[in-house]
Amino acid sequence: MRLEVEGLTRAYGGQRAVDGLSFALEAGEIGCLLGPSGCGKTTALRCIAGFDRPDGGQISAAGEVLAGPGAFVPPERRRIGMVFQDYALFPHLDVFGNVSFGLRGLDRAARDARAREVLDLVGLGELAGRYPDELSGGQQQRVALARALAPRPRLVLLDEPFSSLDTEVRRRLAGDVRAALKREGATALLVTHDQQEAFAIADRIGVMRAGRLEQWDSAWRLYHSPATRFVADFVGDGAFIPGHVEGERRVATELGPVEGELTTPLASGARVDLLLRPDDIVVDAGSPLRTRILDKCFRGAQFMYTLALPSGERVLALVPSHEDHEVGGELGIRLETRHLVGFAREA
Amino acid sequence: MTLAGRLLPGTAAILVALPMLAVLAAVLHGATGADPELWEHLRSFVLPGVTRSTLVLVAGVVALSLILGVSLGWLTAACDFPGRGFFAWALLLPLAMPAYVLAFVAVATLDYAGPVPSLLREWFGAGFTLPPIRSTGGVIAVLALAFYPYVYLLARGAFLTHGTRALEAGQSLGLGPWAGFFRVALPLARPWVAAGAALVAMETLADFGAVSVFNYDTFTTAIYKSWFGLFSLETALQLALVLLALVAVALAVEQLARGRARYALAGAGARPPARLRLRRRLALAATVYATLVFALAFALPALCLAVWALEVAPLDLDARYVAYVTRTLLLAGMAAVACAALAVVLGWAVRAGGGWPARIAARAATLGYAVPGTVLAVGVVGALAAADLAWVALGATEGLWLQGTVLALLLGYVARFLAVAHGPVEGGLARLKPSLAEAARSFGLGRLAVLLRVQLPLLRAGIGTALLLVFVDVMKEMPITLMTRPFGWDTLAVRVFEMTAEGEWRRAALPSLVITLAGLVPVVLLTRRIEDASRG
Repeated sequence: MRLEVEGLTRAYGGQRAVDGLSFALEAGEIGCLLGPSGCGKTTALRCIAGFDRPDGGQISAAGEVLAGPGAFVPPERRRIGMVFQDYALFPHLDVFGNVSFGLRGLDRAARDARAREVLDLVGLGELAGRYPDELSGGQQQRVALARALAPRPRLVLLDEPFSSLDTEVRRRLAGDVRAALKREGATALLVTHDQQEAFAIADRIGVMRAGRLEQWDSAWRLYHSPATRFVADFVGDGAFIPGHVEGERRVATELGPVEGELTTPLASGARVDLLLRPDDIVVDAGSPLRTRILDKCFRGAQFMYTLALPSGERVLALVPSHEDHEVGGELGIRLETRHLVGFAREA
Repeated sequence: MTLAGRLLPGTAAILVALPMLAVLAAVLHGATGADPELWEHLRSFVLPGVTRSTLVLVAGVVALSLILGVSLGWLTAACDFPGRGFFAWALLLPLAMPAYVLAFVAVATLDYAGPVPSLLREWFGAGFTLPPIRSTGGVIAVLALAFYPYVYLLARGAFLTHGTRALEAGQSLGLGPWAGFFRVALPLARPWVAAGAALVAMETLADFGAVSVFNYDTFTTAIYKSWFGLFSLETALQLALVLLALVAVALAVEQLARGRARYALAGAGARPPARLRLRRRLALAATVYATLVFALAFALPALCLAVWALEVAPLDLDARYVAYVTRTLLLAGMAAVACAALAVVLGWAVRAGGGWPARIAARAATLGYAVPGTVLAVGVVGALAAADLAWVALGATEGLWLQGTVLALLLGYVARFLAVAHGPVEGGLARLKPSLAEAARSFGLGRLAVLLRVQLPLLRAGIGTALLLVFVDVMKEMPITLMTRPFGWDTLAVRVFEMTAEGEWRRAALPSLVITLAGLVPVVLLTRRIEDASRG
């Protein structure tokens, strides 16, 4: 089902938690609102679920207005499932009771069959008789997902679904959740502050900041073609170095002219901050570009080096760990860029 | 550890538990040694009626308290209506007014010749009558208005901690707010609601003053009458044993319910709960309902008391009155100090390696709050009588002269209210982690300095709360005082009993007002703590 959010605004005591948020999620897609804590992403989610009333804008699902001027569908009639941050499993019901809770208007056999089906989908068929307090965090999380999916909602919302799990479980579960959602053909929207989580699950990601949507795009485009400086900073690692534009495909920097298409066109001669991702920098012993190693961090297959350019500007470089360079030593580098990300330099 | 080091805490704990143990022993022993003829009379003429009326009363009061407590708890926790913030704490205020005060105010104002029915007849004609207040329904209504706050407090707490969150989960699965209440919120709150209902049952079983006002016979009044009317301590002890069995059932229900009250939703979330918006008519109905309960259970009776107290003050405020007040304060003060001190000893004994004797003693010592005052009173007298007999058997020519002394009365108070002091003192002791004392000693402080500079200051708040709670409870206490006080030791509560027994309602107002005002102090503290908790 297609979800459409237009100009969504929600204020608490004059403070706009969500400020003119607009995006659309196509049927069967998994979307994600990504942003630091307090950016309004959870408020937006609760408005879509119907637990909160927007002050402005419109939310519609498959063309039906759920919330908007003069319209408000209560949450229980939206057919939108939700996986809560703390799961909110019913402690007085066992796993099976929790999962079949939302299945009404079905005969018993159909009900049980559907509950079994979703429990198998999340791989918890054997634990149907357990109570929530007898499950691990990851298992509770999957019960919450199964419970939300069981009534075949038009949309599934996930509020920081992995925040209370440890990193190990988190990574594995993220893949499982995506697989389960895709097998069900569900349309889903999650909110998170963790970009790895967003990349692992979502088809489309919206980066939010202070109640506003900075960019609504695929993960690849967020990384390689960030629309704003905030997105460039928030998604992935990298550093900005100063330069100025010389024509359509060229930026002059202290590392020499850098070639590539600018993702946002800038006038020739403009002063620009050029984004260098760690993978844009390649070690080249013979290169005349010499840098000094300030810091390094071993990541298994690669080292992440922090390098100082002759001017003192710093850049990050992700280098295969075949060789171990000393901190304080010199390293020759060259740039390998396909496209250029630059933002007009603020005075 | 030395032998003395191990024996001392255990012995101390048992000594602290002695009043309660003696009462239980006396009730068990006395009940078996009764005159068979009297027991026969009791069994065929008293017991069936008293059992029936007590059970009817408990069932009615519990049912009505459940309705009032759960509905008001739900409205103030999960819904929005005008005055919600006020009612959230105001609906606890009836806890400050003893049931016997509410009872006599109700009888005084609503009886056929009372001011309210008279006024109604004046307005609507002589044929207009209210349902009679002196009836089973009347007692049930009055006791439910006095005791519903127990259910309200616990149910509201349960609804607040996970009602709204779980309700959202229910809504996301297509459940409307009303269905959500019955299918999610109520089942979740069930352990707390059951615990509240058990507390109401225990309070109803223990109530003596209110049923006396109504001349409604229950076990407590039967115990009182068989002693002061039939002069048979044995009969009283037998009735006490049956009553104790009923209390044990209520206590077991409460323990069972609390045992299951382990549901907790991880991380309730910092977000303020989104309350249900009631439609205008429903919101208005909720406000009217809450106002009605608050007015009937507290505001109007308090107003009556104030007006009557002002009327009779010039007549009543004489030297005798000063004596009532000083005796009340003296007894309450002594009992408070004794209970707090013993609670500290008990806590120390359990921690200092008293082992299982100390733990069992602590359990027994804190059982007293569940035991009705009438049972404790006859138990204390029975225990002292047995002690006298033993003393004489040892060769003494006279008894110990403990019966009818202030000491006997204090024994009863300690047995009943040690549990009240135990809670806050335990809370304070729990904060005294061993590492604290060790840290202090690592700075070179001696044992005494550690006690004075670290441990006592940490305990001070707990001890203060214990003193306050016991003090107020003793002020309100009626049956133990009435049945075991030395001659001339009349307290405010005794004065209320005597005036209401004679139907001198207005003259009972002044002492009642003083007791109620004192009772407000702990209730206000309680509401503050709740507000802090819900804000934090």
